[in-house]
Amino acid sequence: MANDNILRVDHKVIVDLIEPKSRVLDLGCGNGDLLAKLKELKSVKGTGIEIDENAIYDCIEKGLTIAQGNIDTSLQDYQTKSFDYVILNESLQQVLKPHEVILESLRVGKKVLVNIPNFCHLEGRLQVFFKGRVPMTKELPFEWYDTPNLRFLSLRDFRRFCEKSSITIERQIPLGYKTIISFLPNLLARSGLYLLRKD
Amino acid sequence: MPPEPEQLKNSIGIVETKFFTFAEPPNELKLEGGSKLGPITLAYETYGTLNKHKSNAILIFHTLSMDAHAAGFHKGEKRPGWWEDMIGPGKAFDTNKYFMICANVIGGCKGSTGPSSVNPKTGRPYGSSFPFITIGDMVETQRRLLQHLGIKKILCLAGGSMGGLQALQWAVRYPDDVASVIAIAANMRQTAQQIALHEVMRQAIISDPDWSGGDYYDKKVPARGLALARMMGHITYMSDKSMEEKFGRNLHNKDKFGFDFSQDFKVESYLKYQGESFVQRFDANSYYYISKALDYFDLAPDGNYSKIFSNVKSSFLVIAFTSDWLYPSYQSKDMVKALKANDIDVSYCEVDSDYGHDAFLVEVEGQSHLIEHYLSRIQREVDHGER
Repeated sequence: MANDNILRVDHKVIVDLIEPKSRVLDLGCGNGDLLAKLKELKSVKGTGIEIDENAIYDCIEKGLTIAQGNIDTSLQDYQTKSFDYVILNESLQQVLKPHEVILESLRVGKKVLVNIPNFCHLEGRLQVFFKGRVPMTKELPFEWYDTPNLRFLSLRDFRRFCEKSSITIERQIPLGYKTIISFLPNLLARSGLYLLRKD
Repeated sequence: MPPEPEQLKNSIGIVETKFFTFAEPPNELKLEGGSKLGPITLAYETYGTLNKHKSNAILIFHTLSMDAHAAGFHKGEKRPGWWEDMIGPGKAFDTNKYFMICANVIGGCKGSTGPSSVNPKTGRPYGSSFPFITIGDMVETQRRLLQHLGIKKILCLAGGSMGGLQALQWAVRYPDDVASVIAIAANMRQTAQQIALHEVMRQAIISDPDWSGGDYYDKKVPARGLALARMMGHITYMSDKSMEEKFGRNLHNKDKFGFDFSQDFKVESYLKYQGESFVQRFDANSYYYISKALDYFDLAPDGNYSKIFSNVKSSFLVIAFTSDWLYPSYQSKDMVKALKANDIDVSYCEVDSDYGHDAFLVEVEGQSHLIEHYLSRIQREVDHGER
């Protein structure tokens, strides 16, 4: 694999999924690590959306195209199907209107890649059950009072949402810390990666 | 007084203004307003070296009251060019890599043809007979300069405020010329608020009896009117917060209120000083004409802003500042929106700053980072034939 030097499993899987030379919109791209890898290894034409000013500086330094903005309000700027892929990597849980964002992403992109943290992972469940406290894990390291996350969902919740919204799940890849999880994903996966389309 | 050795460190050093004259009669330039103007002289400066393929040229546009002297020092002068912090060896606009050009706009008073220039037909300054100009006319003349320098494709057009408007106008009008645009604290059209502010400035100038209908060059200049206009301008360049921090309610040269017609506050004396010193270096008619050119600026008079970029090919870097109320960031965002709708490569950053519109000259660090790396990418893409 060309992407053996990628440390994060989610980035590795996403880079594998994306077709070379695609047009990619990364919503909530942070410091641009994923987009930079996609540009380097898949020669994509990429654009990022990010709210944090310092992250913009990081992205520009990496030679990326990046527009500061809010995920909730940025999608309406783009024409229908102007991207091959819209990526929401661990950012959907932070938006105000996830339903609208998903539908808008499916409008501007031919396909949408969503990676959501699994709030019903075993570790979290144990913390709720034994400690009686809202979970804090490696993926969800935030106290309830200063978390950027607005939505708390499991992989099962997300699948049900897609079903109800008539969104086709082309691929689903439950992820652990370093590997793909195939056994009891809703209990054991740290996050779930979904490749979506809407016909 | 010559610059201190410390000032010359990381500076392009001593520079000279050059001149280019064209549009000699009968080949005068037809202006957007319908009049003809010629001959036209443009004062300009260049820094750095044009490479063999002429692919590293960057044109910088100045603001209402600035000039061609963007960087370095004029011989014997201690004050550097107006964007010295950004242009020079190793700086954001790195003169070791790029060939920088900056020209004084027509209508100006710093070496380019303007109302204070002598009309060769009459042997007297144009004064009120100078034709009204537009941002588009400024672009046309500078395009002639680039042709004169043998530059067909520009790596980047960059400017803040009025400079940004010229860059935008150019990119829209001549999409094939331009690889990239850096538009800082700019917008796609002047708003009612901006026109209103300009009108107060213009009224200040023409209500000065010394203005004499614009033909004052052999008499006293309308110093009070121009100073007032500049005072107004300065207020619009600052933010509530930056004024509060700089002046607060501090008194000027006194411990208690005068309860008389004298100035009490530090902010009053600051504005007075700015106004009076401006008169020494700027022509009132130029202020009038250029502010009018600003008011006429609208990229899409039909209101269809998503259409205007349909032929544009260049990449864009758009920068705005949080506390700028003269060119509020929503106007930059509207521009970004219109660019995105046309599938144009656009990066946008809203720099957090308390300095208001002045931030474009003050916020060096953030802008330098953005511009330096953005230009590296554009140069790379141009070199690889991708742009």
